[in-house]
Amino acid sequence: MKARKARTAHKGAIAFFVLPFGVLFALFFVLPVGYAVVQSLYVVERADMFAPAKEVFGGLTQYGYVFSDGPFWRSVGRVLLFGVVQVPVMLGLALLTALLLDSGLVKAGRFFRLAFFMPYAVPGVVAAIMWGFLYSPNLSPFTSLTQSVDLLSADVVLWAMANVVTWVYVGYNMIIIYSYLLSIPTEIYEAARLDGAGPVRIAWSIKIPLVMPALVLTTVFSIIGTLQLLAEPQVFRSFSSAVSSTYTPNLTVYSTSSIPNFNLAAAFSVVLALATFALSFGFLKLTQRKGLR
Amino acid sequence: MRSRESLFSRTAAMLVMGVFAFYILLPVWWLIVAATKDREQFTGTNPLWFADFAFVDNVRELLTYRDGVFLRWMGNSIAYTGGAALCGTLLAAMCGYALSKYRFPGRETLFNIVLGGVLVPATALALPLFLIFSYVGATNTFWAVFLPSIVNPFGVYLAQIYAGASVPDELLEAARIDGSGEVRTFFTVSSRLMFPGLVTIFLFHFVAVWNSFLLPLIMLGDERLFPVTLGLYTWNTQVNQLPELRGLVLVGSLLSIAPLIVAFLLLQRFWRNGLGTGAIK
Repeated sequence: MKARKARTAHKGAIAFFVLPFGVLFALFFVLPVGYAVVQSLYVVERADMFAPAKEVFGGLTQYGYVFSDGPFWRSVGRVLLFGVVQVPVMLGLALLTALLLDSGLVKAGRFFRLAFFMPYAVPGVVAAIMWGFLYSPNLSPFTSLTQSVDLLSADVVLWAMANVVTWVYVGYNMIIIYSYLLSIPTEIYEAARLDGAGPVRIAWSIKIPLVMPALVLTTVFSIIGTLQLLAEPQVFRSFSSAVSSTYTPNLTVYSTSSIPNFNLAAAFSVVLALATFALSFGFLKLTQRKGLR
Repeated sequence: MRSRESLFSRTAAMLVMGVFAFYILLPVWWLIVAATKDREQFTGTNPLWFADFAFVDNVRELLTYRDGVFLRWMGNSIAYTGGAALCGTLLAAMCGYALSKYRFPGRETLFNIVLGGVLVPATALALPLFLIFSYVGATNTFWAVFLPSIVNPFGVYLAQIYAGASVPDELLEAARIDGSGEVRTFFTVSSRLMFPGLVTIFLFHFVAVWNSFLLPLIMLGDERLFPVTLGLYTWNTQVNQLPELRGLVLVGSLLSIAPLIVAFLLLQRFWRNGLGTGAIK
């Protein structure tokens, strides 16, 4: 049975299982990435103002533009600032509520789980529209707040969007952490409880260290999500003039492609994808050593 | 002493959860209330309580506005999302199953590429996909949004875990001895054992496609092909010129999230169990 390096058995079946996904993955994942890289190496040239545009190989010219593009790097800085604040706050809240649900101190846990998870079913666009109305000075139910602090002004609007993202994803992350907590055998806590440790002590010294893998996973997904921020700022452009067409990296990609300057937009895309990949992969590697079993 | 302390912690815990529930539910409550008001009462009345109940009229106005384009958007969303999630789940299940149950050359490589795919977010692919589809002249079509939405690397990753956990190797051996072909065994036995996991994959794939925004935004120019998110977005950008759209955007938002919320309520046990799996393994 377990021959060393025997010929692969069931070749036909394996091909049948793997190929449909493999082909689509190659066509709509790998190929676009490759094509974007190729496109990013070209520049559009015209002999004079009236001559037809011609694509010629430009080497790394577009990347030169990307790296000297002030608004793009400001947008990268903006989402990084956003992530550094929003991700810990959201995951902290998710962890707190998950621990409370798991502590046995809370009644009606089922209701809270459902209620907190519900916003995950709300598309980012719809969540942003909803909160946009709630923030706007004359429509909001909280006029006393919105008329004294302009939540859509240049200084605040980034955090107004952070609140939208937190609202959508906090319950989703809570459920991931909570189901991880449920999988920990309760005997582990018994000894601590017999030693007189209270719920807070147990949560801090036992549960939080044990739940680290779930926190790593949620952090990686949150990092990816933050760098990709698009729907919320795009919607907020209708509510606030402070949100420019280059407010986040993905908005820059979109507005560059609608100029249209596809070659530069492709270069932005490649840089952004690489940055996302490097950040999330780096974070994973930093915290995990286990691969395919 | 002990019980007083525990009463204190119980109250504190419930207080935190209560405040949090208020934060989560308030915007939805506001949306529900707003969707029941007619245009005049939308601003003049208490935003958090009902005035004259005009919900039915609002829905009628929404469904008839511009020849019922909203219904078309909902239909498009269901077609894009349901179709892509169904096909995507099947393909992910097959590929994940093969990764878990067979040893073949290139298996590790395939697994690592797929895992890399999980880390490359869909939005980063939208523009490259647009370039590919414009190369073959297929932008602004149903397929330009539908086909890329089928591919779900995270689903493959999850299916690989589910197959490993729920389909015993001995069972496959037994099926082989009985003379059942590999493909037949998958469809008659293995996929049934994996079913709860597959529902989870389907559910999360469904949400991801339903919520996707950049891909249709970049691909589609024809309003009649829009999914509902893109449709509501375009209406919202026109609210300043056409104030009557404001009410429609709100009622449309409510109607567009209702099906997903209901689906999540009905399928609770699948997402509850399934969400943990990704983290545990």
